[in-house]
Amino acid sequence: MADLTTNFAGIRSPNPFWLASGPPTNSGEQIMRAFDKGWGGAVWKTIGDPIVNTSSRYSSIDWNGQRMMGLNNIELISDRPIAVNLREITEVKKRYPAHAVVASLMVESKRETWHGIVKRTEDAGSDGLELNFGCPHGMSERGMGAAVGQVPEYACMITEWVKEVARTPVIVKLTPNITDIRAVARAARRGHADALSAINTINSITGIDLDSLTPRPNVGGRSAHGGYCGPAVKPIALHVVQQIASDPEVGLPISGIGGISGWREAAEFMLLGCGTVQVCTAAMRYGYRIVEDMIDGLSNWMDEKGFRTIDDFRGLSLPKVTDWQHLDLNFRIVARINRDTCIGCDLCYIACWDGAHQCIHLDGHALPAALEAASRARISTTPIAKLDAAALPHGVTPPIRIPRVDEEECVGCNLCWLVCPVENCITMEQVDTGKPPESWAMRTASQ
Amino acid sequence: MSQPALPVPDNRERFPELHPALDTNAALAEANRCLFCFDAPCTAACPTHIDVPRFIKKIASGNLRGSALTILDANILGLSCSRVCPVDVLCEGACVMHGYNQRPIEIGRLQRHAMDYFYARVTVLPACPPRLARAVACVGGGPASLACAAELRRRGYAVTIFDNRPLPGGLNTYGIAEYKLRPADSLREVEMVRSLGVEFRQAEVGGAAAGGPEAGNVSLDQLEKEFDLIFLGAGLGAMERLGIPGEQLPGVIGALQFIERYKTFPGFQVGRRVVVIGGGNTAIDAANAARRLGAEEVHLFYRRTEKEMPAFPFEYHHSKVEGVRFHWLAQPLEIVARDGRAAAVKFAETRLEEPDASGRRRATLVPGSHFEVACDMVIPALGQSRFIAVLHQSRSIELNGGSVAIDRPTGRTTSPRYYAGGDCVNGGREVVDAVADGKRAALAMARQLEGATNG
Repeated sequence: MADLTTNFAGIRSPNPFWLASGPPTNSGEQIMRAFDKGWGGAVWKTIGDPIVNTSSRYSSIDWNGQRMMGLNNIELISDRPIAVNLREITEVKKRYPAHAVVASLMVESKRETWHGIVKRTEDAGSDGLELNFGCPHGMSERGMGAAVGQVPEYACMITEWVKEVARTPVIVKLTPNITDIRAVARAARRGHADALSAINTINSITGIDLDSLTPRPNVGGRSAHGGYCGPAVKPIALHVVQQIASDPEVGLPISGIGGISGWREAAEFMLLGCGTVQVCTAAMRYGYRIVEDMIDGLSNWMDEKGFRTIDDFRGLSLPKVTDWQHLDLNFRIVARINRDTCIGCDLCYIACWDGAHQCIHLDGHALPAALEAASRARISTTPIAKLDAAALPHGVTPPIRIPRVDEEECVGCNLCWLVCPVENCITMEQVDTGKPPESWAMRTASQ
Repeated sequence: MSQPALPVPDNRERFPELHPALDTNAALAEANRCLFCFDAPCTAACPTHIDVPRFIKKIASGNLRGSALTILDANILGLSCSRVCPVDVLCEGACVMHGYNQRPIEIGRLQRHAMDYFYARVTVLPACPPRLARAVACVGGGPASLACAAELRRRGYAVTIFDNRPLPGGLNTYGIAEYKLRPADSLREVEMVRSLGVEFRQAEVGGAAAGGPEAGNVSLDQLEKEFDLIFLGAGLGAMERLGIPGEQLPGVIGALQFIERYKTFPGFQVGRRVVVIGGGNTAIDAANAARRLGAEEVHLFYRRTEKEMPAFPFEYHHSKVEGVRFHWLAQPLEIVARDGRAAAVKFAETRLEEPDASGRRRATLVPGSHFEVACDMVIPALGQSRFIAVLHQSRSIELNGGSVAIDRPTGRTTSPRYYAGGDCVNGGREVVDAVADGKRAALAMARQLEGATNG
């Protein structure tokens, strides 16, 4: 049975699933309900001088009939008095001593102000601090949030201020809205941060209402850029995590954030080195209950794979990420189509013709337009039951619609496999080139 | 055909729709399920080759006007086809989703969604070019002629539709079961065709002996003088007779006439105990309608079995749900009168012989197996007889088993100025087949007229 208990830079929690700082962690009452549902920890909605929010605050991207592929927000930090938040931290820790309560902090860039808030927060009983150097909207205009996270010197300086007085672990939360994330990660390290968390949200404008011509979210006829999160940002977050996890000059524990809505994404972040993961959008969308399958799914996967603890597999995929120049140019795969499971949608055919290398064929070598024209010229009639020759039964693919791969021409790009709707119908199979591995780096070095 | 009383009755409550409309969210979800196949099998299976994935993706993108125009570009009767097409054996039957072990995309209902949007907004089709000097007559006001006329009009030709009934639309208006297509919807499509600039004339097109314009009649000679080309979309004639005693009795009404009556006569009364004779889709339409109009019992008799019945399986299953009772292996011998009205049908049991050369199993009577079924209404539904004899005789247009013989890709008959399509060619198939025939003929006629003009 998998053991999910976690010790992240000294912060212990029953499992690695933490709620990220945001609307689901706005109050003690919410966080206690979340712990009841199974969350291992929570990063409190960023505490600082109370702000005033706008109405509306969120907008999203729907895709192919699915709601909220990506979410954007222009909400600021906590709008509740600092004292109220701190009092509730004390209460939560008293009632849930085994759960991780991390306070996210953001105050103006003055040493005394930071010293003051760090002491008060730790006195309230928080298990750790997360410095919000990532909020990309609103607060950054006031010299906080991403305005700090985008300048390595500022990030280093404030981290140092915090570390001067902090008794609990300090996590620096990074913004992806920067050319090279490693510069700030290294700065945090120089400032003696105990850990990093990434990513904060990505600068975004989700869309424009085509009736009113107003970008979303609409605040009285105008909008402002917001922070993008949700399933759409996972690939970006994974890349950021990989970059800081593989940088020898960083070398800090990482709490992964960005598009995690289930155990699979959690496992992916951990395989790239994360010790815990944080979730916000998925909990906003479906509620705290989603953690049940995160715990259950990750445990089952770990049992199947023979991993007893998170550390057993944490970072295992990192060595498999390299620079392009080290990839083997003599490795070759080709697409193969299973004729028994092909449903004849021919999406692979048109993708290969229009978007790849013209090596999937139907009906000889006819061009796509010729195939379509032949179908349109065909005379079709409604079959009359029992009079007309029976058509193929439902679900039997006419052989003429099953494409064929020219394996000599196939470059192994994966596109057909990616567009095929049927699982395992197209497989990418290795062919022996008879050549030893050779990368671009090797090839150019030998010249 | 007798004059219907107007206005047509509102049968909405008695005949709720078989396939109700999709709401916007359901349509969006369904549209997004479509894989957007290349050279899609659904498009190939549609006789009019509507570009199905294209119109579905336009629903998904919120471009409903574009979706509707995609449909109407291929099939001017996209509204009625979305309601009456047997999609199980056409587009939806060809859907690759079957092979994926999933439900096919609900193409018919999505098409209806786009059509409902279009007609609800009284959106107009793109304007047709001004009328050219060349003119075409379409004989018959049903789907084949409407499609032919619309296609020719879009190419600039002047078209006049000759229809012998008070309301145009042919069987779309008069002959399709109410729960599938309401007459009002058929008439909206007719208006759409009229809005393209197609003219409609109510007249009987007859032989040389026709009674002249004052009688509402037009002779073939007149037609040939006035028009360059003639399209025959005249459909089939009256229902075939049973050929048994008592057929003329009050209380006996052919299936098509029965459907026409209840759709167009307010106050039409169905019998309490109804016998339907026949095993085709029209027999089932009539039987279902009789149930919904209030008949206590509806018994359908067919001389072969469920296995040989020409009706679509889904029509049969639906009918059982409606409460129609099916009886196999029975052939009517006589309709028995009481007080001058039909009161019973006398049947004999049949037995099926071994399949003949054509593979069909003949039904023969079982001697001494007579039985009587009491009823107060008899609805024979034996298919329609062919009605093109005049043309055959006077214009030597070749027939094939009673239907007009044509060159399939062009609709051309054996007489150079005549084209044909729809039921009079195929012996009675679906609306969509008639539309496809009309469209193909229109394209060929346009080519012929163009050639003549250029020459």
